[in-house]
Amino acid sequence: MSSNSLRGSAAIVGAALAGLGEAPGRSSEEIAIEASVKALAEAGLTTRHVDAVFGSLPGNANPLSGLLIAEMLGLQPKITDNNRTGGSTFLSYTLMAAMALKEGLCETALIFYGSNQRTASGKLISSVKPFVYEAPYAPIFPATSYALAASRHMHEYGTTREQLAAVAVAARAWANLNPEAFMRGPLSIADVLGSRMVSSPLTVRDCCLVTDGGAALVMTTAARARDLPKKPVYLLGAAAATTHMNIVAMPTLTETGALDSGRRAFAMAGMTPADIDVVELYDAFTINTILFLEDLGFCKKGEGGAFVASGAIAPGGRLPVNTNGGGLSCVHPGMYGMFTLVEAVRQLRGEAGQRQVLDAQVALCHGNGGVLSSQITNILGTESTL
Amino acid sequence: MTNATPTDGWTVGPGPDLAFAQLLARDEFRIQRCRDCGTHLFYPRLACTHCGGVDLAWVTPSGRGVVHAVSVVNRSAEKGGPYNVVLVDLAEGPRMMSRVEGVAHEAVRIGMAVQARVAPGPDGPCVVFDNVITGAAA
Repeated sequence: MSSNSLRGSAAIVGAALAGLGEAPGRSSEEIAIEASVKALAEAGLTTRHVDAVFGSLPGNANPLSGLLIAEMLGLQPKITDNNRTGGSTFLSYTLMAAMALKEGLCETALIFYGSNQRTASGKLISSVKPFVYEAPYAPIFPATSYALAASRHMHEYGTTREQLAAVAVAARAWANLNPEAFMRGPLSIADVLGSRMVSSPLTVRDCCLVTDGGAALVMTTAARARDLPKKPVYLLGAAAATTHMNIVAMPTLTETGALDSGRRAFAMAGMTPADIDVVELYDAFTINTILFLEDLGFCKKGEGGAFVASGAIAPGGRLPVNTNGGGLSCVHPGMYGMFTLVEAVRQLRGEAGQRQVLDAQVALCHGNGGVLSSQITNILGTESTL
Repeated sequence: MTNATPTDGWTVGPGPDLAFAQLLARDEFRIQRCRDCGTHLFYPRLACTHCGGVDLAWVTPSGRGVVHAVSVVNRSAEKGGPYNVVLVDLAEGPRMMSRVEGVAHEAVRIGMAVQARVAPGPDGPCVVFDNVITGAAA
């Protein structure tokens, strides 16, 4: 086991979702607050206990959303963190919260997200301005950047559109076991290939959903977690890596910072990929899942396409991946990072119903931000892993 | 390389973004070269991304490049139809986003040799690339 003192020092004691799919008449703030109140209730706590707030809302409507959500909940936190690395950022909040909890700087951390992008605008709300050295060529943000990475992966490793499609098909099969998933029903490889092309090689079914949705987590110290009602889920390892902002500056299009964040997160946890029972990856596009499976060490570089096409990540496969249906079929309200964590918590508590992974003790969550720019890995475990 | 705090020549006058735009407006495509480590830079920077040096000179690149990645954006016919977006590796090293003109979009391939040219764009001039036919004068 790792000697890192952060390992297992903090736990998630409350986790909740809100406004999944469509939440008409609800603002992003209201969705985030609904999730927060539910997560606190589940943890046997109230807003009175919260002394640290971490979170963000989509777009630029409320760039100071850490302040706003605290005020709307009537909180005056000791720590307010509104770090923005894109959809990955929530997996850094857990790390920052664990550090602050361990040092005694706070006792109860609330992590929030909420977005009404589907009912408010019907499209992805992005906080990213077009980059002056890319704008003249009109790439679709962010799809074309991921498409460029996919084109390179196909060129170097022979990855096929059918293999990309297998990621979407597996995600849908998991979504079909999840009553909360937004997109359910049959989906075949042919359906993915035959759907509208967005930015080649990615069709609309290679792209994540545009939905509403919010999520919240409550974290506290491991010592305090044992006295709370829910089975604690411990943060065993966490690490972040940033490689670039714009796709022109990505050092290698077929290798992400997950290589680095994964290695350090595994080192902190004292674990290897073989120890992971369930995997929750930020699947903004089908290429993400392939890249992250490779970079996190679940298969060799270049073999991700064949790995997913073998059925390994689908229900019944040897590595359960994106068991809620992922951003491709469950929920994607602009930033998805939180939803990897909530699904992992449910799996580790044994609350995942029909899609429950048997005897899940260790989960890996991986967040992606920007255009493969920010990569953050969290490893979570039950009490048996401490 | 010196550790002295950079001064006058570096801290005054147009920054690299404006300087690049002004060159482009004169139909000149320039990139930067770090005088400390020799690295070529694009897009324009204030400090070298390799060594941190600030003594960056504008140089004229060969304009030769190779398509490193490609995507065709499926814009609707009413809005003008599909167009390609590429990442091009310049012969000097830097990678840039652009498009290849003069060939069918689906014919743009990774590994294709291309040559830079300044072309008019909707919001001012920009750098695009033409396919270099191997063996033909380019």
